[in-house]
Amino acid sequence: MLEIKNLHASINGKEILKGLSLSVKPGEIHAIMGPNGSGKSTLSSVITGNPAFEVTQGSVVFEGKDLQEMAPEERANEGIFLSFQYPVEIPGVSMVNFMRTAINEQRKYRELPPISATDFLRIMREKKALVEMDNKLTNRSVNEGFSGGEKKRNEIFQMAMLEPKLAILDETDSGLDIDALRIVAHGVNKLKSPENATIVITHYQRLLEYIIPDYVHVLHDGRIVKSGGKELALELEARGYDWIKQEVAV
Amino acid sequence: MSDTIIHEVTQSEYKYGFTTDIETDVIPIGLNEEVVRMISAKKNEPEWMLEFRLKAYRHWLTMKMPEWAHLNIPEIDYQSISYFAAPRKNAPQSLDDVDPELLATFNKLGIPLEEQKALSGIAVDAVMDSVSVKTTFKETLYEMGIIFCSFSEAVEHHPDLVKKYMGTVVPHTDNFFAALNSAVFSDGSFVYIPKGVRCPMELSTYFRINAINTGQFERTLIVADEDSYVSYLEGCTAPQRDENQLHAAIVEIVAMKNADVKYSTVQNWYPGDKEGKGGIYNFVTKRGICKGENSHISWTQVETGSAITWKYPSCILQGDNSSAEFYSVAVTNHHQQADTGTKMIHLGKNTSSHILSKGISAGVSQNSYRGLVRVGANAENARNFSQCDSLLLGDKCGAHTFPYMEVNNESAIVEHEATTSKISEDQIFYCNQRGISTEDAVGLIVNGYAKEVVDKLPMEFAVEAQKLLQITLEGSVG
Repeated sequence: MLEIKNLHASINGKEILKGLSLSVKPGEIHAIMGPNGSGKSTLSSVITGNPAFEVTQGSVVFEGKDLQEMAPEERANEGIFLSFQYPVEIPGVSMVNFMRTAINEQRKYRELPPISATDFLRIMREKKALVEMDNKLTNRSVNEGFSGGEKKRNEIFQMAMLEPKLAILDETDSGLDIDALRIVAHGVNKLKSPENATIVITHYQRLLEYIIPDYVHVLHDGRIVKSGGKELALELEARGYDWIKQEVAV
Repeated sequence: MSDTIIHEVTQSEYKYGFTTDIETDVIPIGLNEEVVRMISAKKNEPEWMLEFRLKAYRHWLTMKMPEWAHLNIPEIDYQSISYFAAPRKNAPQSLDDVDPELLATFNKLGIPLEEQKALSGIAVDAVMDSVSVKTTFKETLYEMGIIFCSFSEAVEHHPDLVKKYMGTVVPHTDNFFAALNSAVFSDGSFVYIPKGVRCPMELSTYFRINAINTGQFERTLIVADEDSYVSYLEGCTAPQRDENQLHAAIVEIVAMKNADVKYSTVQNWYPGDKEGKGGIYNFVTKRGICKGENSHISWTQVETGSAITWKYPSCILQGDNSSAEFYSVAVTNHHQQADTGTKMIHLGKNTSSHILSKGISAGVSQNSYRGLVRVGANAENARNFSQCDSLLLGDKCGAHTFPYMEVNNESAIVEHEATTSKISEDQIFYCNQRGISTEDAVGLIVNGYAKEVVDKLPMEFAVEAQKLLQITLEGSVG
């Protein structure tokens, strides 16, 4: 589904990713862990096409298509979704209007007619229930006045609405209390299918207690330096990142 | 609703830029007393009307163009403009008499002149160049005592009403452009709503400049008698031309006791091209007076067109307990300049006014809000709230706010809030990541920002305004 080969990327001339390779197949959950500044968020930005980052070398291929040839909105409409670490506020744009615009753009891309009002409202209702989101929030402007936890829950709600093939959760657990974490994780697990894949970017092992990964990768200095199963996350939690840094240095 | 807007918005060019090939009666360029007399004669006006014009013309000669606005206005040669142009087939009695080319023009603009097609239930007065072409639903309205006709017809058939109210809100001495208009105005709309009548449909005037090298000087007078209500819409478009054209209009509103007048404008005059060549100079004086107790006037404007806009729809709150609102969205892109806002003059007791101004600047444009809130010495318990927001797209445009307050009564409460914001790259990328293109994202964000004002417009106009906002700003980000 996603093939990343020898990816180099930089921001403002500073190289952050230095030869990263990763292969994700349908149905898999990959966790990307690593210390601050190792390039975790850069990876999600580069996959989704954030114009602030420049790819200098390597390739990112999604379902046989070269992502570097595609605009961010095309990537999204191909089925790549990013749950932002810091979701932005868009004053005056209601969640309902925003969501309907997004769904209809996706449908247009796939040559489908716009969604009917009844279908749209029904799906809204279902997906709100899934992440236990308050009606009040969907009546407000996008993320405006939302608490940190509400913003994260809103990201998962949007993910549920758009049903992506590949979902990237960037530090979705940060700023969440334990109840919110459980609800968010529950939502992600409900949406999991043999056809779609998830990349979970996280600092801590905590989220991985709820979303069980098939693979855990450790990112350090712009490269994946160690990969393993879910037990690697536990080892990291117990021993920290220093031993890996030393292993790499040797 | 937003779906259709996005579907329809596929072109970023000004789509009303066509000209109509129509026989036009144009008088030679230049301005002097002879020209003023010629205009009056062409319109078969009574002596008192000619006197009004000549008085205004003589006063205009003593005046200078105002220079206080935050605008860079190239010198205008008032002798190189033709002050009267009319489609040659004049004064049609029925639709069959209207030049088919003219009908085609208004159809192209989406303005229904054929009454059977006007299912939207809007009465329309269409003004092309200097002359009112056709007013629809006139007879239906007349049965209720409502007068809705061209200004020329009003001078002919309702001279007492015109004499009584014309120039009482905007006197010919008011300002340079008002004096000019009073001297050479060609046509416009006249509305009178009698006592106790609620006008059952929206009244609407569409202004269209077609002829080359002509100025358009229309004049609108709306009188709402006691306990009456009317909602009035004004739309404007012009062909794409390389040279600038002058538009200097006057709108006067009189609201008597308990009367309620709602005036909405979607201004889409040709703004000039991307390099700032051509476009309309829109120098307009609009003012209403809340003359009677409990009267109410609201101005709503969406300003997207014109190369230069100089316009301050204002209200004089004379009646006790009267109230007024000014809701405005002004968009400037490329080389456009706008200096717009309002004046709220509180004279009566317990009067209140609300100002909500939303400026949007893009390209290398300059967008200024200029507003005056004046509370007179006898205006006990006056209340004003002003909110002025500016949204910037890009870093080469300018947004300015010039609020003036003159409070002469201690019981007044006058509040002013202002914000400036920018559409951030993060907001755009967030929308992109949800599958929304940058153009559509800007449209979504701008319409969200302007929503409070656009919501005040009647439904048909609101859809039009949303589309316009998006078209005007296409290509301004990224």
